[in-house]
Amino acid sequence: MLNFYPEPQDFAPLTLDEKVSDAITRPPIGYWEDVWMRFRKNKLAVIGLSILAILAVMAIFGPIVSSWDYRTCDYGHINEFISSRHWFGTDYLGRDMFTRLWHGTRISVFIGITAALIDLVIGVVWGGIAGYFGGIVDDIMMRIVDILYGVPYLLVVILLLVVMEPGLASIIIAMSLTGWVGMARLVRGQILQLKEMEYVLAAKSVGAPPRRIIARHLIPNTMGVVLVSLTSSIPGAIFGEAFLSFIGLGVPMPQASLGTLANEGYQVLRIYPQNMIIPALVMSLLILSFNFVGDGLRDALDPRLRQ
Amino acid sequence: MLLSLWVIVTVSFILMNAVPGGPFTSVKLTPLVEKQLERKYGLDKPKWQQYTTLLKNLLHFDLGLSIRERGRSVNDIIKYTFPTSAVLGIEALVFAVTIGLALGIIAALYRGQALDYIAIIIAVIGVSIPNFIVASILQYLLGYKLKLLPIARWESFRHTILPAFALGLGTLATMTRMMRSSMLEVLNQDYIRTAKAKGLNSAQIIWKHGVRNAILPIVTILGPLIAGITTGTLVIERMFGIPGLGKYFVESIYNRDYPMIMGTTVFYSALLLFMTFLVDIAYGLIDPRIRIARGKED
Amino acid sequence: MEQNIANQEFAELAEQKLLSIEDLQVSFHTYAGEVHAVRGVTYSVEQGGSLAVVGESGCGKTVTVQAVMRLTPMPPGEIKGGKIAFNGKDILSLTEKQMQSVRGKEIGMIFQDPMTGLNPTMTVGNQIAEAVMKHQRVPKHEAMERAVEMLNLVEIPNPTVRASQYPHEFSGGMRQRAMIAIALACEPMLLIADEPTTSLDVTIQSQILELLQSLQDKMGMTIVLITHNLGVVARLARNIVVMYAGKVVESGSSSDIFYRPAHPYTRALLQSVPRLDAPSRKELASIPGTPPDLFEPPAGCAFAPRCKYSMKICLEHDSEPISVGDGHRVSCWLHHDANPNRLPVELYGGGGAHD
Repeated sequence: MLNFYPEPQDFAPLTLDEKVSDAITRPPIGYWEDVWMRFRKNKLAVIGLSILAILAVMAIFGPIVSSWDYRTCDYGHINEFISSRHWFGTDYLGRDMFTRLWHGTRISVFIGITAALIDLVIGVVWGGIAGYFGGIVDDIMMRIVDILYGVPYLLVVILLLVVMEPGLASIIIAMSLTGWVGMARLVRGQILQLKEMEYVLAAKSVGAPPRRIIARHLIPNTMGVVLVSLTSSIPGAIFGEAFLSFIGLGVPMPQASLGTLANEGYQVLRIYPQNMIIPALVMSLLILSFNFVGDGLRDALDPRLRQ
Repeated sequence: MLLSLWVIVTVSFILMNAVPGGPFTSVKLTPLVEKQLERKYGLDKPKWQQYTTLLKNLLHFDLGLSIRERGRSVNDIIKYTFPTSAVLGIEALVFAVTIGLALGIIAALYRGQALDYIAIIIAVIGVSIPNFIVASILQYLLGYKLKLLPIARWESFRHTILPAFALGLGTLATMTRMMRSSMLEVLNQDYIRTAKAKGLNSAQIIWKHGVRNAILPIVTILGPLIAGITTGTLVIERMFGIPGLGKYFVESIYNRDYPMIMGTTVFYSALLLFMTFLVDIAYGLIDPRIRIARGKED
Repeated sequence: MEQNIANQEFAELAEQKLLSIEDLQVSFHTYAGEVHAVRGVTYSVEQGGSLAVVGESGCGKTVTVQAVMRLTPMPPGEIKGGKIAFNGKDILSLTEKQMQSVRGKEIGMIFQDPMTGLNPTMTVGNQIAEAVMKHQRVPKHEAMERAVEMLNLVEIPNPTVRASQYPHEFSGGMRQRAMIAIALACEPMLLIADEPTTSLDVTIQSQILELLQSLQDKMGMTIVLITHNLGVVARLARNIVVMYAGKVVESGSSSDIFYRPAHPYTRALLQSVPRLDAPSRKELASIPGTPPDLFEPPAGCAFAPRCKYSMKICLEHDSEPISVGDGHRVSCWLHHDANPNRLPVELYGGGGAHD
C-alpha cells in the first residue's frame, strides 16, 4: 500500500557504488565450525560430552585422590557398605571399591579406545588402499574383508582368549584382530564415492599428484564418517570387554575392569547390591554418553540437514 | 559363505592345538590311562592328520566327542540343548522386532514431540546398557525384591519372560533407532510428496509409501542382529540357569573342553552364516528393484 | 474502507478466475534465521487458461504453488498472510481432510524430478489406480483399467504391460509421463506443472510439452506452468507472470512479455537468451550480480542493485504494480506517473534485441 507519493527528485539515477551489488549478508563459516555449532545445538550430545568429561576427570583423579590402592585388602572391613572409611564400600576381599571403580574405568576405557583406534588405523589403511586403487587390488582386498565379515566377531575373540594368556594385551589384541573389518568397508565405500566427486576430478585436471589428492581431498572428507564410526566402536569395545568378563575371560585378578567389577558384584547381588550397581551404572553412563555424542556428531555432519 | 566357515574351522583348530597341554592336564591321570584316552580321542595322531579327520567329520556333520561329558558326543549335546536356546532366541527376536519397529515408526511420525523423545531415550538406553546388566537389574528388582517373575530355570512361559526381555532389549533399541531414521529419510523423499499431491490420507501415505520403503534397509541388518542375540544367549542362559547351548558353551570354555568349544563354535558359525544367507535371499525377494533384475537374468 | 474494497475485489476476482492468489506471504524458519521466500505474490488464472510463471531458482515460484496445494512443509514453513481462492473455495482455511479431496481430484500437480517422484516399491499401475480409488470410489479392477487408459493417454506404448511394471523399469521421459498420468487420472480442473521438463533431455522436453498441450486441448484443463526456461514458455503459455526474489515483477499476455517487456529484469532475461544469428564474437549477455539473500529482504526493489536503470527511489521503496497495457502490469518505478523521465513501454522493449 503506497503511503507516500514520490517526488521528481526521487527518480535521480544511481551510481555504481550506491548499488551495493554483491554484498554477502551472511558471514562465512568454516566447515568444522559449522559442525561444532550444529553439535552444540543438540542437547543430548552436549549432555553426553559433559558426562564423558566428568567421568574422565574422575577416572584420572579418583585413584590418586583416594587413600587406598586398588589391590590392598583391608581384611577387617569386608563387604562393607558406603562409609567414610571406604567411600563406595568394599568388596569380598576388603578392597576399596571407590579406587577399584575408577581404576577399572581407566582400564575399560583404555581397552575400548585402544582397540577402537587400532581397528581404525587398520581399517582406514585397508579401506583407503582398496578404495583408492580400485581394480584388482580392491577386489582381492574386499574379498578378504567379505570372508572375514562372515565370521562372527565375538566367537573369534572368545577362541583367541581361550588360548592366549589372560591379560590386558591379549584382550586388546583379540578384539582388534577382527574388529577392523567394518571400518575398512566404511572407508572404502566412502572413498569410492568421493573419488567420483567433481572436485577430485578438478584437482586431477589441474595436475595434483595422488599424494596431494589423498591428503587434501579424500582423507578430510572421510574423517567425518570415520569419527562417527569411532564413537560407536569405542562403546562397542567397552561392551565387548564387559561381556567377556562376564563369561570369565576378562582381565585377570587383581586387576579390575568395569566388566570384572560387575561380574564380581553380580555374585553377591542379593546381599550387597551396591557392588554391582555402581560399576554397572558407570559402565552404562560411559556407553550412553558415547552414543549421545556419536549421534550428535552424525547429525551435525549430515549434509542434508544443512541450510 | 563357505569360505568363512572354513576359515573359522581352521583358525579354531590351529588355536586349540597351539596351547600347550591338552584337556587332561588338570586331571590327575596315570600315563597309561592318559595314553589310552589320547588314543580314543585321536589325539595321538600327527596334527595334520587330526586336521583332515576333522574336516572329513565335519562334512558328515560329525562334531566329535566331547571330552568332559563322558561319552556324549558334541552332536548330542547340541541336539538336546539347542532347541531351548532357539526358543529363547526367537522369543527375544519377535519381541524386539515387533515393538522396535512400532516404536520407530511412532517416533518418526511424531518427530520432535514428546513421543519421539521418549522413544529415542528408550532406544539409546536400550543400546547402551549391556544385556547382562539389564538382566541383573530385572532379576534383582522384579524377581528378588518384588517376586513377580521367576528368575531361573525354564519351566513355563512365565520363566521365559525376563530372559527374553533382557536378551531382546538391545535389539529392540537398535530396531527403533534404525526404523526411525529410515522412516524420516523415506518421508523426505519426493514420492511422498507425489502421494500427498494425489490427495491420499495420512494412513495410506504412511503405510503404503512410507513403511513399505523404510523397512528395506532394516532387513539388511537382520543378519548381524541375529548374531548379536545368539552371543547374548551365552550370558543370559548362564545368568538365568537356562539349559541351553549357550550355557554349555560357556562351561566348556571354563573347562577347556576343546572338542566341545570347537564343535559349538563351528555350529554357531554355520548357523549364523546360514541365517545371513537366508536374509540376503529374503531381501532380494522383497525389493522389487533386485527381484526384477534377477528375474531378467534368467 | 480500503480493506473492504480489497475484499470485494478479491471476491469478484475469485468468481471469475479459477485460481486467484492475493498477496501471499510464505516464510521458512531455519537454523540461520527466517527466509522470506514469498513476499506478497498476486496472480490469477481463468478457467481454461494457460499461465506460465517464470523466474530464476530461488525466486519463490515453487513455494507459491506448493502453498496452493497446501503442500508446504509446515514445521519450517509458515504461511504468514494472503489469500488463495480456487474454484470458489478459500484454500487457506480448508481443513486437511477437505484439502485431501481437492488434491488429486480438483488440482493435479506434477513435479520436477521424475526419477525420485515415484514409489519404487509399487507398480506404476497401482500408483495411478490409488488416486482413482481414493477419489472415485471404484473397485480395484476398474481403477486398474483406468490406469491403463491413462498410460495410453500419455502415449506410453504397451500400457497394459507397463502398468504392472515398477518405476525403475521406466526411462526418465516415461516416468514423467507416468507422473502426468497420475496427476490427471481423476480429470482435475487445474494442472500445476512445476518445472516438468527441467531434468529431461531436450528432445524429451519437447515431447512432454506437446503432450501437455494436447491434453489441455482434449480435456479443457487449466494449466499453470512453472519454469525458468523461456523457450518452454513461448510454446505453451498464453499469459506469463515473471517473479523475482519472492515477488511478481511483471505480468501480462505472452506477446506483451516477449515483445513489450516493461521490467528491466524481464528485459535482461530475454536478452540473455543467446541468438543463433548473433556474431560469434559477441559476449553472452548475463545479468551481473546475484539475487538477494532472503533473510533480510531489501526495503526497496530487490532487483535495484543489479538494474541498469535504478534510481534513488528504487533502493528505498518497492513499487506497486502499475498498468502499462491491457492486462499488462509491471512493478517498476520507471513506469510510474511521477517519473519525470517516464517513457512508453515500446522504447524499452524488443524481445531479444540488444542495445
